[in-house]
Amino acid sequence: MEVQLAGILSQAAGGARCVECTGATIGELLQSLVLRYPEMQMHLDEGVAVAVNGEIYRDRRDQPIPNNADVFLLPRIQGG
Amino acid sequence: MPYETDYTNQGFTKVGTRVNRPDGVDKVTGRAKYGADANAAGQLVGRVLRSPHAHALITKIDTSKAEKLPGVKAVLTGKDFPDLTGGNRGLMDILENCMARGRALYDGHAVAAVAAIDADTANKALKLIKVTYKQLPHVTDVDEAIKPGAPIIHDWVRTAGVTPAPTTASNVAQRSEFGHGDVDAGFAQADVIIEKSFKTEQTHQGYIEPHACLATLGPDGSGELWVTTQGHFTFRNVCASLLGLEVAKLKVTSSEIGGGFGGKTHVWTEPVALQLSRKANRPVKLVMSRDEVFRATGPTSSTSVDVKIGAKRNGKITAATAELRYQSGAFPGMWAMFGAMTSFACYDLKNVKSVGFDVLVNRPKVAAYRAPSAPMAAFAVESVVDMLAAELGMDAVDFRIKNAAKKGTKASYGPVYGPIGIGPTLDAVKNHPHMKRKLGKNQGRGVACGFWFNFGGQTCTDLNIGVDGSVNLTVGTVDVGGSRASLALIAAEELGIDYEQVRVTIGDTNSLGHNDTTEGSRGTFSSGMATIFAARNAVDVLKQRAAATWDIPVEQVIWEAGEARAKGRQNNNLPPLSLKEIAAKSPRTGGPIAGHNEVVADGAGVSFASHMCDVEVDPETGATKILRYTVVQDAGKAIHPDYVEGQFQGGAAQGIGWALNEEYIYGDDGRLQNAGFLDYRIPVCSDLPFIDTQILEIPNPNHPYGVRGVGETSIVPPLAAIGNAVSNAVGVRMTHVPMSPPRILNAIETAKE
Repeated sequence: MEVQLAGILSQAAGGARCVECTGATIGELLQSLVLRYPEMQMHLDEGVAVAVNGEIYRDRRDQPIPNNADVFLLPRIQGG
Repeated sequence: MPYETDYTNQGFTKVGTRVNRPDGVDKVTGRAKYGADANAAGQLVGRVLRSPHAHALITKIDTSKAEKLPGVKAVLTGKDFPDLTGGNRGLMDILENCMARGRALYDGHAVAAVAAIDADTANKALKLIKVTYKQLPHVTDVDEAIKPGAPIIHDWVRTAGVTPAPTTASNVAQRSEFGHGDVDAGFAQADVIIEKSFKTEQTHQGYIEPHACLATLGPDGSGELWVTTQGHFTFRNVCASLLGLEVAKLKVTSSEIGGGFGGKTHVWTEPVALQLSRKANRPVKLVMSRDEVFRATGPTSSTSVDVKIGAKRNGKITAATAELRYQSGAFPGMWAMFGAMTSFACYDLKNVKSVGFDVLVNRPKVAAYRAPSAPMAAFAVESVVDMLAAELGMDAVDFRIKNAAKKGTKASYGPVYGPIGIGPTLDAVKNHPHMKRKLGKNQGRGVACGFWFNFGGQTCTDLNIGVDGSVNLTVGTVDVGGSRASLALIAAEELGIDYEQVRVTIGDTNSLGHNDTTEGSRGTFSSGMATIFAARNAVDVLKQRAAATWDIPVEQVIWEAGEARAKGRQNNNLPPLSLKEIAAKSPRTGGPIAGHNEVVADGAGVSFASHMCDVEVDPETGATKILRYTVVQDAGKAIHPDYVEGQFQGGAAQGIGWALNEEYIYGDDGRLQNAGFLDYRIPVCSDLPFIDTQILEIPNPNHPYGVRGVGETSIVPPLAAIGNAVSNAVGVRMTHVPMSPPRILNAIETAKE
């Protein structure tokens, strides 16, 4: 699947705004991303969010990713 | 997934009613215990010595005289906080902010601390600590900090987000870019382009209760912390990491909270209080003064923003860009990134680009403030949107409706939106009676939209049913805005009992599994979800007990209106068993009846609001009076409408203060000149009209009740709504917040020239 990388996260993939990855769940997707781009681990440690078809998931690693889903890796949001 | 979180469109009998708040009597009678209200036998008084300099090397700290003062039990400096962070830069920043490590980075930075038998002794001890400083050049303005030759705050900072990676130090900690399409091509298609620069000054959350805690930490590494906080589990984890403690051995209890708004999501003095206690082997109470709160706890960023938007004559925006510079204080932050993400989130744009620059300056470490970073970006963008509408000769609301994001819009920060509420809020504004009020001389009306993400997170609740049928619900999200009433309503709804039968308690860190901090408008959304599941869990037990009593299979038992009913003609002779009846027999039918849930509550759903306000500006004094203010916001489902309206009003009130009065004023010496409520003026009741609200209920598809967070979005539009109103009233575009009387007069005078 195509994963789009927002903001500073693209730097960990050599500046690519969109990368190819695999994974049936968010957890698997992130694993595959780190295998391909080890620098991404630092961002995962700091926290990221994954938008799947527009819905933003911060923590739910078992969330399934449907086929042809619109997937976006976002920096983790803080709130007040 | 253990539980089905989808919206089910169920009917409600309790949820949505305006019941009395459970904490009201305690709060008005003084019985409620806040951060400074706890005491322990033998407790000491903690005090912190703070830097009077904006930037200075600490060449020597002589604590010998303070240590010899009778009654002083412990003195700390940076050397008493070994680096246990394991290379985690974020943790090190927190540690260094709690206590300087060789360099004072801002006026108010902690450089030493004492614990003594009373306040007088502690204050005397502070005066006996001799700190030798070597002053360094400083910078407090965000634009000055990025100029060549500006004093560098940290020589180890290299701008992240830039390719190739820089090799020299910079005050720009991070560059973040968002957007899509081709903005150059978009601007080439535009008939009208407006480009403008804006500034907003630094503001504090202004919570009435200062930071306060009571810390006990023994030589065995076991400790307790009573503290005013938005997230006691997070405080526990951070303090344990910084001080080398086992998480389970530090029990943190959250007090009642007198406001937080993001400022109590971060630790400031708590690790210091714990370390003082460890050194003195006595409990230590540490309460910040208001001066300390202003100088040394996290305000929001001051900013500088450039916005450019182009549109066709038909009112369709063709391209939009923003460059946002946010200062994060003396430590790297991600605040400009959030500004860049939220800046154009209200609109459906084919070509959009926003770039955020997080900038270091010699000011306190910036903290979250209610929808952090979004209000400043909205001020700039919504001002230009208004200017563009005027240039096109279009009504400002119609222009926004024409360009509003909708389901299927690719958000400016990336993902495609699901069902969202920006369009309905604008439609409600257009049809609101407020918009028909006739304006008088020197009066102006402004409208603005706002966006915030909202989120959920880790949540854990316990629900216990007493033998008399009363219910204890224990949650781990601090009640910052009425969540106890909302959660009691949810438990009552699920169990089919009266609201008054439920008592909600905020459990300490030893009572529940981890709960994320109450931030991101998550309290009622996430603990509400966990409460639903915990209650359903308890209902399963109630049904089992009824089935056992009746000696029928549990599959033949249903739960309706607070009682177990036996299904089927063969069970017609079995009268229903109420919750109270089942609870009364519980000691002999299997013991306590309880429900429990732990959940990662994701799918909070994004939130939108549209605000309108009328102002009158005195052209002689520049003073602005808010005549009328109306908030329209999507709440998903309003569990307790009073509290939802309260959140809308509270956000608007804080935004009004931010827009008109509040600002950190630094002198040329880099010192804060107005660290008190006398000179830093937040609005009081007499400054404000009654703030009207309109709740829209567009269900969140990812919550069983359709709940969305409501706590933050309402602070996003006010800066812009008031900016547009004041600009319309005086006939001059206001570009600098706060729009204080001198700034308004200056703008009027400059326009005349």
